[in-house]
Amino acid sequence: MSATMTAGFVQAAEEGESHFPPGPDDFWQPLFPMFELSGHTYYFTRPMALTLIAAVALSVLMILASRRAALVPGKGQWVLETVYNFVRNDIARDMIGSRDFLRFVPFLFALFTFILLNNLFGVIPPFQNPPMARIGFPIALTLIVYLVYHWIGFRKRGFVGYFKVMVPPGLPVFVRPVILILEAMTFFITRPLTLALRLFGNMFGGHILLVVFIVGGWELFIATELQYKLVAIPAWGLGVALTAFEMLVQVLQAYVFVLLAASYISDAVADEH
Amino acid sequence: MTGDVTLIGYGLSAIGPGIAVGLIFAAYINGVARQPEAQGALQRIAILGFVLAEALAIFGLVFFLLAYFTG
Repeated sequence: MSATMTAGFVQAAEEGESHFPPGPDDFWQPLFPMFELSGHTYYFTRPMALTLIAAVALSVLMILASRRAALVPGKGQWVLETVYNFVRNDIARDMIGSRDFLRFVPFLFALFTFILLNNLFGVIPPFQNPPMARIGFPIALTLIVYLVYHWIGFRKRGFVGYFKVMVPPGLPVFVRPVILILEAMTFFITRPLTLALRLFGNMFGGHILLVVFIVGGWELFIATELQYKLVAIPAWGLGVALTAFEMLVQVLQAYVFVLLAASYISDAVADEH
Repeated sequence: MTGDVTLIGYGLSAIGPGIAVGLIFAAYINGVARQPEAQGALQRIAILGFVLAEALAIFGLVFFLLAYFTG
């Protein structure tokens, strides 16, 4: 819940109209107009600013940390190395296999840290808006993953070979086309769709939940009757508890996104069965 | 009573994934209880299964939003 949004809600409440059930419209937060194209004004929005901050902050942090890398790591280097080792060993090596994983580690590490920081912006006080709650951002990330794993698959096996590997061997001839269609749908439609929607849905739903309890608590608090004012306190308490839960979900979703990206890549580089 | 009937649809669509996620973690807990050293391997499989089941609930949410805001 952003400071500006809260101020807006308070103002709206003072004017007598309620913003209370929050909806997708509350995630549309333009900062300033950028340009006009065929009669439609395109705005620079708050999620865009947040992703920019995340990219710059991560780049600076990683460059500084790797420049100052010492044989005996300090605290900061230790944390970064733990994250890096987690992505390298527990995601990339376990999913892709020890032969091919190394060249995908930079990609997966960048994805993981970028998504993690963007998700955590949902609860870090001055930002408090998860950019991934706007569907465009998960789609962009998914598009990168989509291009990477198909590019690798097609380059490794050739056009026909890539489709061949989708059908497991030993099936009766008349079942093969059905399996091919189903598997091709999984590869080209279901996987990117679920990858993008999962990240979007979790961030969007989780943030709405926080807004419901915190703004709802405020709406109860400014009510005239005393009993409503008292209910505001457990509502805010739940808001705090759900913030902790939301942090768990944010870390889990960053992990899951990269885990699935690695598993799709591993399908593309795996040996034929 | 006022409201949107698509929301009931979303509620119904969340039942299946809810049961599925419960079953997946029940199996995971069982597996770890029987063989604690397999926790690392089981955890990854459990989370993979969990996100695949959860995707259905997310579909429900997105289709609800689509139906609610376009139709």
